Amino acid sequence: MADVKLDAPKLKAKDFKSSQEVRWCPGCGDYAILAAVQSFLPELGLERENIAFVSGIGCSSRFPYYLNTYGIHSIHGRAPAIATGLAVSRPDLSVWVVTGDGDALSIGGNHLIHALRRNVNLKILLFNNRIYGLTKGQYSPTSAPGTLTKSSPLGSIDAPFNPLSLALGSEATFVARTLDSDRAHLHEVLRAAAEHEGSAFVEIYQNCPIFNDGAFEVLKNPETRDESIIRLQDGQPIRFGDKVVVQSGYGLQVKDAAEVDESEVVVHKADVDDPAYAFALSRLSGVALDHTPIGVFRNVKRPTYDQGVRSQVDEAAAGVDRKEALDRLLHAGDTWTVL
Amino acid sequence: MNTVRQLDRVVIRFAGDSGDGMQLTGDRFTAETAKLGNDLSTLPNYPAEIRAPAGTLPGVSSFQIHFADTDILTPGDQPEVLIAMNPAALKANLRDLKPGGTIVVNTDEFTKRNLTKVGYDDNPLEDGSLDDYQLHPVALASLTIAALADFDISKKDAERSKNMFALGLVSWMYSRPTEATEEFLRGKFKSKPAIAEANIAALKAGWNYGETAEAFAVRFEIPPAKLAAGTYRNITGNTALAWGITASGVASGLPVFLGAYPITPASDILHELSKHKRFGVTTVQAEDEIAAAGAALGASWGGALGVTTSSGPGIALKSETISLAVSLELPLVVVDVQRAGPSTGMPTKTEQADLVMAMFGRHGEAPIAVLAPQSPSDCFDIMLEAARIALTYRTPVMVLSDGYIANGAEPWKLPELADLPDLSVEFATEPNAVDAKGEEIFLPFQRDPETLARPWAVPGTPGLQHRIGGIEKADGTGDISYDPVNHDHMVRTRAAKIAGVKVPDLEVDDPTGDAKVLVLGWGSTWGPIGAAVRALREKGVSIARAHLRYLNPMPRNTGHVLEQYDKVVVPEMNLGQLALLLRGNFPGTDVVGYNKVRGLPFTSNELTDALEEVIKNG
Repeated sequence: MADVKLDAPKLKAKDFKSSQEVRWCPGCGDYAILAAVQSFLPELGLERENIAFVSGIGCSSRFPYYLNTYGIHSIHGRAPAIATGLAVSRPDLSVWVVTGDGDALSIGGNHLIHALRRNVNLKILLFNNRIYGLTKGQYSPTSAPGTLTKSSPLGSIDAPFNPLSLALGSEATFVARTLDSDRAHLHEVLRAAAEHEGSAFVEIYQNCPIFNDGAFEVLKNPETRDESIIRLQDGQPIRFGDKVVVQSGYGLQVKDAAEVDESEVVVHKADVDDPAYAFALSRLSGVALDHTPIGVFRNVKRPTYDQGVRSQVDEAAAGVDRKEALDRLLHAGDTWTVL
Repeated sequence: MNTVRQLDRVVIRFAGDSGDGMQLTGDRFTAETAKLGNDLSTLPNYPAEIRAPAGTLPGVSSFQIHFADTDILTPGDQPEVLIAMNPAALKANLRDLKPGGTIVVNTDEFTKRNLTKVGYDDNPLEDGSLDDYQLHPVALASLTIAALADFDISKKDAERSKNMFALGLVSWMYSRPTEATEEFLRGKFKSKPAIAEANIAALKAGWNYGETAEAFAVRFEIPPAKLAAGTYRNITGNTALAWGITASGVASGLPVFLGAYPITPASDILHELSKHKRFGVTTVQAEDEIAAAGAALGASWGGALGVTTSSGPGIALKSETISLAVSLELPLVVVDVQRAGPSTGMPTKTEQADLVMAMFGRHGEAPIAVLAPQSPSDCFDIMLEAARIALTYRTPVMVLSDGYIANGAEPWKLPELADLPDLSVEFATEPNAVDAKGEEIFLPFQRDPETLARPWAVPGTPGLQHRIGGIEKADGTGDISYDPVNHDHMVRTRAAKIAGVKVPDLEVDDPTGDAKVLVLGWGSTWGPIGAAVRALREKGVSIARAHLRYLNPMPRNTGHVLEQYDKVVVPEMNLGQLALLLRGNFPGTDVVGYNKVRGLPFTSNELTDALEEVIKNG
């Protein structure tokens, strides 16, 4: 985390709790994510005042109110834009964006893809519950086709986004996925995102118990999770249950381990420069979540936008007496004097 | 030997195809004229299309300059001299030319094909239709090519220098020096010295042609104007605006952050500011208008002077973000360089139809300060005022410029930088209250009793961590609040804060003191109204005038001023938006609108007639 001061204060999770009463529905996955973030933040080694959370609108976007850091609960979809202005002008801050599937992928889709392609130093946490919660249950851009909601009584016709495929197509340098219910994994992914210089995009599958309960059940139920979740580990062959991942045509494919020679199993590397690999990983799971990789898909280095902008300004402004420079600007070119 | 005749003023229009370099020609003629000490005012007029088909009416680009030996207020109603580089330029501009005016045409372009292209059945240079004008047919292109025969450049490049030939000729006609233009050309074509020298040779050839060709028997001189002592430069509104933003950063000691998305006619502000990084100015060309405003607001939260610039359609998109800034009570300067609307409208043409949007174009009760510069150079001062209000009151401020002053230019007496206002701000650094347990706490919405502004505690300030958002906040703590009484209080407090913004009194110009009619304008109509008022007073007609630079809040004495007159005439390039506000705020006032929305500034003649009509009818 460039330019952020590291005093390594001895803070605890409780130091990051604000005085506000948390008001999500009982059983909401957001509680687990909030607890994980509060317990993770001390690891940043930063003073609380050097951390800023920016959110948009939606259930997840209430998040900043509950953290004892600086925070803005802004307007629908615009958090990445507001956070970009802050990150560009304040290199001493660790800037986080909290958003949801409607906020980031529908109304704010444009800001998300542009923040990612620019590689602004933002950590973007997308809570994906595949439904509009705050507006009481309409289908979202990640809802499965056929989802029955108040606005789709005969089933949703929309084809959904795969958020990770979208992020990768937007040239994101860090792309990861985790689950609200897996505290240890969530913690690990947050740490990797925080350590990444540039935009880090983290999709967090989050259960909405009211409007879309059990959307990720297949990944949580002990009976199904082991054959559904692919835990990506850097430098390790990709195996889960009795399955493995191999190359197939232009992409990747899941096969029974018994049918495949050990040498054919793909070894996961998040730093592969060609985004096609991470994209292929993102396509292993469909809406049905049959084979769902979690972990860090992609983690590559690229110059950050905010640093680029600042270095142009810093270089030009070094040693300049602004008042004197202003006087010279005003008098440059064709001037004349009346006596 | 040529006769030299003295004139007190003249209006010249250079017109040609978009590719003919008329804007450059006009700019150089302006620079020469400024050097001579004339007062001047200019107005470019160009098509929205980057390259409309050559030789067609939509492809005509023009540049008008009015210069005089006295101070003047407008680029002139009607040109007295027209330089027409092709038949399209003649056809498009002839109807504006004063009867009996002078026309210089480039005869090389008057071919059968080009004439047909713009609908001339006969050659107007030969059919007698221009008999009422002083016509000077000059083969500008072939004379230029002949003059450059010895240069090692292509015929095409030689032909392209014809605008400099024309400039040389007109410079001779009006006794303008050309040395500065020669210097300029050497700089512009630094990497192509052959082209630079060819252009200079064309410029001189044009000058010499005027001196030797018997066609031009008379030259004119316009003596310098008596302007106030000082150093001057010529400046457009957009440049002055960008410099005013830069100066606001210097005056406040804050970094400036501009978020912008390209849009006509505001893009030049982004271009100019992107050159000013040495002043600590950051420019971000955002993905859209909304992000441009959002990024500026994010930077303001972080302690920068956040600015976003656009035109009407872009301002509409920023509306939600401006409302957020109203709710967060953070500084944000928003510039709307108005153009003819609605929708795409006429992007390169001027209008004043965004006033009501600036006032009310947001959801909820979301008052902001609204200012309007009255001339190109006033854009500099108005930006300093916008920054003062935004920073002092922690509020969005909208500045309403328009296409007329954005691209128009006038001489500007350069300010002394020692007089730059002190816009420095104090960020909150300490707790400002004590809670029930006696512990020191920070209340992000505890207000300054005088300005009603809240403290500005930027992220990174130890111990003052707080959360703000678009949800209604409890006054003081800033905590989320749905309390009905608190909401009513907050809505009224935000309104009172803007109503209480300190602005200077409205000055009234009423030299005879017996005027019954006041003409009240705002924004870019200042020049044409001033010229009309001057013309009326020369005729002995009594009229008072005042001009609003502060639209919200209006000066405290506005109502008192209006009460002094039987009628208040309000000329606007819209259908009566200031008139609507005046009728609402000052119901006793007899407001008479004068409204036109043709995408063009008012002429002083039409305003003179309109005002006289009101005065006559009592």
